[in-house]
Amino acid sequence: MSVTHSDAPEAPTTAPPKAGTPATEVTDGPATGGAGVPHVVGRVDDVPPGEGRAFVAGGTQVAVFRLRDGSLHATQAACPHSGGPLADGQTDAGVLVCPLHLYAFRWSDGACTSGAPPVRLYPVAEQDGALVVTV
Amino acid sequence: MTAVLGGRPAGVSTLHFAMDDADGTDTRQRLVVVGNGMAGARVVEEVLERGGGEQFAITVFGEEPHGNYNRIMLSHVLAGEEHEDDIVLNSHDWYADQGVTLRAGVRVDRIDTHAKIVYAADGTTTAYDQLVLATGSRSFVPPMTGLYTAEEQLLPGVFGFRTIDDTRAMLAAAAEHERAVVVGGGLLGLEAARALQGHGLAVEVVHAGTHLMNQQLDPDGGAILKHSVEALGIVVHLATRTTEAIGPDRVRGIVLADGRAIDADMLVIAAGIRPVTEVALLSGLEVERGIVVDDQLRTDDPDVYAVGECAQHRGELYGLVAPVWEQARVLADLLTGVDPEAEYHGSRTATKLKVAGVDVATMGVNRPERDTDEFLVISEPRRGVHLSVVVRDDKLVGATLLGDTRKVAFLTQAFDRGTPLPAERIRLLVDLSDGAAEVGVAELPGDSQVCNCNGVTKQALVDTVKAGTTSVGGCMDATRAGKGCGSCKLLVKQVVEWAADGDVTEDASASWYVPGIPLAKPELIAAIRDQQLRSVSAVFAALAPGGEEDATSKMGLTSLLRLVWGAAYEQENDAKFINDRVHANIQRDGTFSVVPQMKGGVTTAAQLRTIADVAEKYEVPMIKVTGGQRIDLLGVRKEDLPGMWADLGMPSGYAYGKSMRTVKTCVGSDFCRFGLGDSTQLGIDLETRFQGIESPAKIKMAVVGCPRNCAEAYVKDVGVVAVGNGRWEVYVGGAAGASVRKGDLLATVDSPAAVMQLAGRFVQYYRENANWLERTYDFVPRVGLEQVRAVVLDGSAEVLAALDAGLQRSIDAYTDPWGQDGAQPATPGQFRTALPLVDLPTVPVR
Ligand code: SRM
Ligand SMILES: Cc1cc2nc3c(=O)[nH]c(=O)nc-3n(C[C@H](O)[C@H](O)[C@H](O)COP(=O)(O)OP(=O)(O)OC[C@H]3O[C@@H](n4cnc5c(N)ncnc54)[C@H](O)[C@@H]3O)c2cc1C
Ligand code: SF4
Ligand code: FES
Repeated sequence: MSVTHSDAPEAPTTAPPKAGTPATEVTDGPATGGAGVPHVVGRVDDVPPGEGRAFVAGGTQVAVFRLRDGSLHATQAACPHSGGPLADGQTDAGVLVCPLHLYAFRWSDGACTSGAPPVRLYPVAEQDGALVVTV
Repeated sequence: MTAVLGGRPAGVSTLHFAMDDADGTDTRQRLVVVGNGMAGARVVEEVLERGGGEQFAITVFGEEPHGNYNRIMLSHVLAGEEHEDDIVLNSHDWYADQGVTLRAGVRVDRIDTHAKIVYAADGTTTAYDQLVLATGSRSFVPPMTGLYTAEEQLLPGVFGFRTIDDTRAMLAAAAEHERAVVVGGGLLGLEAARALQGHGLAVEVVHAGTHLMNQQLDPDGGAILKHSVEALGIVVHLATRTTEAIGPDRVRGIVLADGRAIDADMLVIAAGIRPVTEVALLSGLEVERGIVVDDQLRTDDPDVYAVGECAQHRGELYGLVAPVWEQARVLADLLTGVDPEAEYHGSRTATKLKVAGVDVATMGVNRPERDTDEFLVISEPRRGVHLSVVVRDDKLVGATLLGDTRKVAFLTQAFDRGTPLPAERIRLLVDLSDGAAEVGVAELPGDSQVCNCNGVTKQALVDTVKAGTTSVGGCMDATRAGKGCGSCKLLVKQVVEWAADGDVTEDASASWYVPGIPLAKPELIAAIRDQQLRSVSAVFAALAPGGEEDATSKMGLTSLLRLVWGAAYEQENDAKFINDRVHANIQRDGTFSVVPQMKGGVTTAAQLRTIADVAEKYEVPMIKVTGGQRIDLLGVRKEDLPGMWADLGMPSGYAYGKSMRTVKTCVGSDFCRFGLGDSTQLGIDLETRFQGIESPAKIKMAVVGCPRNCAEAYVKDVGVVAVGNGRWEVYVGGAAGASVRKGDLLATVDSPAAVMQLAGRFVQYYRENANWLERTYDFVPRVGLEQVRAVVLDGSAEVLAALDAGLQRSIDAYTDPWGQDGAQPATPGQFRTALPLVDLPTVPVR
């Protein structure tokens, strides 16, 4: 079988050539650092177990994930590979998988296991049911 | 994008200081390599492999800022078949790890061969003991008026095709332009032309020769190739030159020697290559067409060597990678002293055109040169097939395979190694199937090259197997064999199987249903049933090693649980791919597409009116009639999905799922003067019965009213053809997507009801037994049509009843997801936008 692209492949597929501009107003690549200011972005209950949701933390778009083991993680919202919506990705204890081309990023350090630039991680914590992301 | 390919994340190059370089106590010799292309990097690899890291402090200069990448794969990158990240051979990190200093992005200007110092463009000087020139080639740009701007730059819109930067620039331009002219009808030109055409450009090729690929093909072969290329929709102009590029601000077109003008907004120059010899010239080394080297690859300075395309050996220049590998090996033997007598005697070259749909492989000569040469030609111009071999003294000295390259592995070996040829020469070109094995991999000498693109020998594969990698995929990953043009995959498989003595391990996980659970599908289903596992987390907890979740396994498991439990499965939204979470297909900008059900492709004025209203209300950027006979609303914001479904009031067409998709139909006996059966009604009935059923991969069906096949039933997962007298043929395993395959005739039955029953049994058998993501076009040939028939036609009453019941369970579990989740979201924020939060996407509106 020689499928060249797939709407839900098992492994990262080749990205589409960069025809046109990704319509998202975000550039590819890792996000730059911030000043380290904490922001309340929403409630923990806004993020269902195992899923991710996007928020704005002081003007920065972030994706917050609540894993099934209860741990919280936050990343830049747009995939460093080609601007995909990371909050729509799938997760496990080790990685976040972007929905567009299935590149995976490690929670531990943001590194991509399949050769794309790393994703930026932000500290996130729960305070009295609120989600606090530091950007 | 200007990212450094194979670079470190921040794009900086690595500066590694060899051991105690700084205080001068490094006693190693200094080896400097100029050129970080395929030859330069390969020399370094070969030197390191021979323990040269102890002998040499190595510095590599590369004009390109990138790591070392596989240049031959640029054609695939341009075609969009490979991502640029996947063609990196040695990243900056690799050099750092090996203790090699990489001066990426630094051009060398000249060498003082007396003082033994390298002068680089950044003003630095570097001393060497041994120096290797591997400066490669650049695109040859034929003279043409108007080609350059006043600043001596190529006119905007004009491109060479040599580097990743060229390729990126072309990809960017291809997205914005419509017409391209490619100068040059050789390998490179044709690959570029096809790739650009794949991006939707109208492409014309201008070739100065009287036939295409004239370096490799004879005129007859060239003529056949021209037909095949034109059949792809590429216009070919032969025996003419481009004399002028029409400007002035950017390229607007070209003028041919005969005065004709062609409009174009991209001009790609692929008219040949020229060795890069400036450094050698300025350094006073002997240069003719290339840098002149002897059999030890030495220039006229005893400590300066040249390899790769910049080198001229025995009067020959090479433009292919196989000679590069051979030269690198010889040079590494010499430099490290592993074999001080090593010599290079030239290479015999073979090439393959990497253009999907046009198979060309050539090697050696293409016609007889001596009276005693044997010459065998099979030419079938109408089929686009032209095969020939030239045999001299019982040895193969040339072969041309056009349109049919099945024999390429065997011929390549015979050509490279001089292996004995069959007495019946025709067997060289066609399989006269008497079952006799053609060439024993056992007899191949160890050093024979199996993969030319990546220079992998039989021995290297055998060693990999001996070292414990006994799967074909594992060996390919470890050695990179088969990862270039791909033409050697069969041979790689044979070698690995032979080396493993028949004891090839299936790639450990190849038999697993999903990567995260070490069980094949039947065992997994049994465990799910026995242990009553109803949710994906329960499956991980019970069956995954260490109970660990695996993100990439979730989607397949969700599908399987629904197969096993029907409505009684416990749904977990995070275990679904985004498409299944929001019942729409995610698009490149994070928006979604909405395809309402339109059974059998039949619609009504009211339905069309509703779709039109909804499209206006939600400002849908594009409305498109799909290849599946329905209407697609593209570029819909996630948060608009529920409202849109409510306004549409139509069920989901499942255009996003690994599930039953559409049933295409033709108008059939109701209207068509040839119709032999009511294909439209049968299609609607099939779609109603199977709607939304999840399966290992998509299922697409079609029903046609006669064998004219207007709705393409022969190439569907299930295709139904009315053949008259109330009879219907049922085909399975057809495909016309990434693979094209005519379905196999499963049976001819005599009523629509019988079609429904048979299709149902086949679908259920497929659902229960196919691997995750295995379409029927792979499944049916894998298990064999006979086996499929034995179950779905001739199975026992119990087997058939079980199939019918299994399918019915899923049919009963069907609910329209749009109606369901539209009314009450499955999880909080199910339809919240994920990106961008500020600006909304702009999908180009046509
Ligand atoms: C919309 C449509 C193209 C069109 O504008 O006409 C389409 C669009 C896509 N196709 Fe298709 N295919 C469409 C008809 C086809 C057809 C023709 C047909 O159905 O008769 C085929 C060939 C038949 C077949 O399925 O084999 C087809 C073969 C593919 C393939 C190759 C599958 C294969 O195994 O060969 C893929 C990739 C995959 O599934 O891995 C694919 C994947 C896709 C995806 C889902 C790619 C993706 O990852 O997002 C495209 C979604 C675009 C979007 O954002 O909505 N599409 N695609 C067609 C929708 C039909 C429908 O009404 O449901
Ligand atoms: C699109 C494309 C498709 C191809 N397809 C095939 C194929 O299918 N099969 C096949 O066998 N071959 C193919 N080739 C040819 C193959 O890529 C070349 O034969 C091979 O790359 C030659 O290696 P090289 O190291 O001699 O030259 P290159 O790979 O070109 O490397 C030379 C390097 O030296 C650098 N350099 C030059 N001058 C200096 C300087 N003064 N200072 C520092 N650095 C310098 C250059 O920047 C370049 O990176 C293809 C080539 C292209 C462009
Ligand atoms: S670009 Fe998308 S819609 Fe077009 S053929 Fe490829 S997968 Fe199908
Ligand atoms: S955008 Fe391609 S993997 Fe994320």
